[in-house]
Amino acid sequence: MAQPSELISSLADKYGRQRESLLPILQGVIKQERYLSEETMIAIAHEMNLPAADIYGTATFYSFLEYKKMGEYVIRICKTITCSMKGKNQIILTIEDMLKIGVGETTPDRKFTLLQTNCLGWCHKAPAMLINDEVYTELNPEKVREILSTYLKK
Amino acid sequence: MTREYNLKRADFIFRNENDWEHILSRTLKKDRRELINELISSELKGRGGAGFPTGLKWKLTSESEAPQKYVICNADEGEPGTFKDREILMKVPFKVLTAMAICAYITGANNGFIYLRGEYKFLQHDLQKAIDEFIYYCNDINFKFSIDIFMGSGAYICGEETALMESMEGFRGEPRNKPPFPTGQGYNRMPTVINNVETLAHTYTIFKHGAKKFYDLGVQFSRGTKLFSVSGDTPKPGIYELELGMSLSDFVNDFGDGDTKAVQVGGASGFLVPRKKFSETNIGYKGKLTGISLPTGGSMMLFNSTRSMYNVLDNYLEFFREESCGQCTPCRVGCQQLHMGIKAVKQGQKPASYLEKLLKLTETMQYTAKCGLGQSVANSFSSIVENFREEMIY
Amino acid sequence: MAKKINITINGVVYEANSGETILEAARNAGINIPTLCYHKDLCVAGNCRVCIVEIAGQSRLAASCATPCHENMEVYTNTLKVRTARKHIIELLLSEHNADCTRCYKNGNCELQNLAAEYKIMSEDLIPLAAYKNYSIDMFSPSIIKDDSRCIRCQRCVRTCSELQGVNALTVAYKGDQMKISTFFEKSMNEIVCTNCGQCVIHCPTGALIEKNYIEEVWEAIADPDKHVVVQTAPAVRIGLGEELGLQPGTRVTGKMVAALKSLGFDSVLDTDFTADLTIMEEGSELLNRLKKVLVDKDDNFKLPMFTSCSPGWIKYIEHMYPDMLQHLSSCKSPQQMFGALAKTYYAKARKLDPEKIVSVSVMPCTAKKFEANRPEMHDSGFRDVDLVITTRELAIMIKQAGIDFPKLNELKYDRIMGVSTGASVIFGATGGVMEAALRTAYELVTGREIPFENLDITPVRGMKGVREASVIIDNPLAEWKFLDGVEIKCAVAHGLINAKKVVEAVKNKDAEYHFIEIMACPGGCLGGGGQPIPTNSEIRDKRAQAIYEEDANLPIRKSHENTEIIKIYNEFLEKPLGERSHHLLHTFYVERKRH
Ligand SMILES: Cc1cc2nc3c(=O)[nH]c(=O)nc-3n(C[C@H](O)[C@H](O)[C@H](O)COP(=O)(O)O)c2cc1C
Ligand code: SF4
Ligand code: SF4
Ligand code: SF4
Ligand code: SF4
Ligand code: FES
Ligand code: FES
Repeated sequence: MAQPSELISSLADKYGRQRESLLPILQGVIKQERYLSEETMIAIAHEMNLPAADIYGTATFYSFLEYKKMGEYVIRICKTITCSMKGKNQIILTIEDMLKIGVGETTPDRKFTLLQTNCLGWCHKAPAMLINDEVYTELNPEKVREILSTYLKK
Repeated sequence: MTREYNLKRADFIFRNENDWEHILSRTLKKDRRELINELISSELKGRGGAGFPTGLKWKLTSESEAPQKYVICNADEGEPGTFKDREILMKVPFKVLTAMAICAYITGANNGFIYLRGEYKFLQHDLQKAIDEFIYYCNDINFKFSIDIFMGSGAYICGEETALMESMEGFRGEPRNKPPFPTGQGYNRMPTVINNVETLAHTYTIFKHGAKKFYDLGVQFSRGTKLFSVSGDTPKPGIYELELGMSLSDFVNDFGDGDTKAVQVGGASGFLVPRKKFSETNIGYKGKLTGISLPTGGSMMLFNSTRSMYNVLDNYLEFFREESCGQCTPCRVGCQQLHMGIKAVKQGQKPASYLEKLLKLTETMQYTAKCGLGQSVANSFSSIVENFREEMIY
Repeated sequence: MAKKINITINGVVYEANSGETILEAARNAGINIPTLCYHKDLCVAGNCRVCIVEIAGQSRLAASCATPCHENMEVYTNTLKVRTARKHIIELLLSEHNADCTRCYKNGNCELQNLAAEYKIMSEDLIPLAAYKNYSIDMFSPSIIKDDSRCIRCQRCVRTCSELQGVNALTVAYKGDQMKISTFFEKSMNEIVCTNCGQCVIHCPTGALIEKNYIEEVWEAIADPDKHVVVQTAPAVRIGLGEELGLQPGTRVTGKMVAALKSLGFDSVLDTDFTADLTIMEEGSELLNRLKKVLVDKDDNFKLPMFTSCSPGWIKYIEHMYPDMLQHLSSCKSPQQMFGALAKTYYAKARKLDPEKIVSVSVMPCTAKKFEANRPEMHDSGFRDVDLVITTRELAIMIKQAGIDFPKLNELKYDRIMGVSTGASVIFGATGGVMEAALRTAYELVTGREIPFENLDITPVRGMKGVREASVIIDNPLAEWKFLDGVEIKCAVAHGLINAKKVVEAVKNKDAEYHFIEIMACPGGCLGGGGQPIPTNSEIRDKRAQAIYEEDANLPIRKSHENTEIIKIYNEFLEKPLGERSHHLLHTFYVERKRH
């Protein structure tokens, strides 16, 4: 288990070992590994001299700090009002159909995880989604298929 | 676009003025007290939702004695239907940075932060570049100031100022008890000015053009212009700068699709205004002009007659239920009860009169919740239930 | 002195201290405002919102526990608006709650239940949310049960575990409707850093955190004619038990407690005080031995300072948090475990009993002792040394079940053997007590003279300050201890694990030089233990401490080494402190545990 602690000590070197560095460090892990495993949180607790339970409690507060295994690409579909009105259900159906997974699930090859999220701040271009940090707006089934195809090829 | 409208459009915020260096160095030479008075006389109120007078906020912070003070730009923009702050940071970041530096100068702060919501991660790179350039200039003119971006991680409640500070300190974003207020004890328990992105951008206008120019726009109690994030059933969704005080019917005439049934003003925590009340509703802060006046973070969601108001409310309540921090009873449990309650009524498991019980409950939430989230669930709930009662039941 | 201000509550003007909250001012004025998340021991959270009051000029209600008073503030605690809102809040809490009180361990002693009763919440309007939640009950720990379905999310436990104990085994996790009290990755309480101290249990207002109770098992043992059931009672039980049975905090009930235990049917009612004195003999000797090894022999295998080891919460804490410091721990078992090991050996032999037929029960102010008795190494008698551990609260329940009119009982004396107590052992129940008892004995062993404190009261180690220090200069010792002549023995006392942490860190960082350190996991020591009556708070702890020192002052023997039964056991069984048999039965070892 040398790997998580290496990543974490380098993140801690970068952001510091104070409590206020916790979120940046957790975000740094997410960027690399897409989720926070038990081992990772223990390693962070150790590195920052913080209680492990505290890290768990803090991480689980934030929707983007996932603590369950995620795919390489986390797709987050906005489900808030405007996107909902403008056809987010079609988008989800399209993705479910393409990837053969439901919301909350990860493809067996661990490439994609499909999630829903709250307003992304693109309501004027609804429906919108995030794939990792990338934003896609004014979606329709064709457009989504196109986008996903490029990811499938990656 | 051929229809007539009485909306007064404006173009301050996004006007591309490459003069921030000039404005900054010029303003930093002025007397602090004069600047505060300028800001106070503009009557600018916070554009993040709560509408607190900005000049007073800066004044209070400047008067707090402390070894360290902070300026925070609130770019957590999580209110459903709001997307203006992103646009400001994308298009005119230097106005915001300049305003932060001026605020630091006035209040005696040395460090600034921009709390950027996780959903806007893609913005981070360019914003950081702008900050680097900006700080380089500050150093050049010997103004000691730093600005760091702090990324959020997907929690609407972190837009609430004290939750935001908890989050920056590395904790769960749970709002604090107030008092103390951030102007006295904010980030790291030090005096802190926290302002919305747009509020800061307006101060740029004020410091550049003078308070009068700003004050002369808008109406009594609601001075200046405001960015509106327009979405929903509208042929022209987008971001518009309009003078405050406009009547909602004018707004709908301009932005509606001809079949507007209701407008949600101020996002999920705002109010739903039904068609029959458009003309008596003005968009602004306090003070009755011709009728109801609504404060707002600038979200305008339009619904046409094909939309079920039950679905809208259901969507909002699900949002609050998930995005409440969960610490206080009225909000955590109240949101669940409201959400399940309207379902139960809709499905006939509870009588229609149960809606009255729920309305009373929202009153309690409004009076007793610890922060603005729980306090404002009542806004959309009561305005939707009272105006579209039928839709809730059948 | 705090500045005085005037505040009007319900139309009457009162004087309040500036900086005080509305709640404090109201309570000082004799006006009660209900609370749930508020606890005197803890910082203010302001999350339950039942303490709301109306302030003139404000449309929103204010949480009185979190709102400071201002000059001329006008507060109303009982308006229609306040009552309606408060009732709503209680209803909301109940709707999220598995409120089948009749099946709840806290039935009858629950703050939520009391509030519901007070406000007569009879309507069933709201949707019962508990049914939709996947509440789970964690029963794996031998000490503590965590039942999420009874939790009102007041966070008192989380604040307790962090502010008083510095353990942070509990956390608030998730948000919104999912928000709950959790451990690291929702692991069971017995898989985590939890020390089993039970402080969260005595600070929990509801039945969400309770001790794992062994009441039925004890009844069964008593009812079994083949079994000889011995019971030992810890020092702090006798000054706490009365509170659960209608008496005022600070009432000493030693004789009544013995009478009650006899009437419950225990075959023999004995005293942990006896092994507390034995602990002093063993631990005191160990300390002197260590001093010699370190100061004279320069033997690296022995470490100073030496930490006391009679608090199993503290033991588990150091095993988790400072495994590199385990060598500093005294190897002495806690008095409970010493007692257990002797009950099935020394006692069995003396009373001519088959140790296999002995059921050894202990009554403790402590939940960590349940875990301790369950430790696999605690089988030195050849059997499980202590079979069943019940708390002060569980004993009170048994006494009530038996229909005993406790206040009216005639006082009885402990049985023999292993029933003689001294003042030194009684004060084990208070923070600083072990230190005081040890000093009384060690000083005399080394110098042949009584320790030079008036009435033997070593006041510097008494009191409730988190960390206290004392030192004794050894003057003119006996020949054997010549190397200690003129040496200043430096001691420290800490209670509450957050204070323990401070002391351990100071030792680790060499910021402080001590020889001997007493640590008790619970605030106030065992008298404030996790198995003591609820409520427990600073005022109550003070009263219990007072009772303990009274008990000490009133006992004829006040030094451990003068306990007649101690002299006897060394003569007849153990031979000498740190001897072969002691080593086998009375001493133990520690294990390293994970930090999460
Ligand atoms: C639930 C909640 C969410 C909020 N979200 C935001 C937000 O995303 N952006 C923002 O600027 N203010 C938000 N606010 C308001 C802030 O608490 C604060 O009032 C504001 O940042 C102050 O800046 P202003 O005076 O410039 O408006 C929110 C308030 C609440 C109660
Ligand atoms: S009102 Fe809601 S979001 Fe605000 S503190 Fe209470 S639970 Fe948290
Ligand atoms: S915790 Fe209290 S209210 Fe809940 S079931 Fe138990 S006794 Fe009843
Ligand atoms: S028993 Fe003690 S250590 Fe364990 S969770 Fe409770 S307070 Fe924390
Ligand atoms: S377990 Fe008890 S103390 Fe902890 S939050 Fe729940 S009710 Fe409160
Ligand atoms: S509702 Fe989907 S981006 Fe705002
Ligand atoms: S007791 Fe004041 S909010 Fe809980």
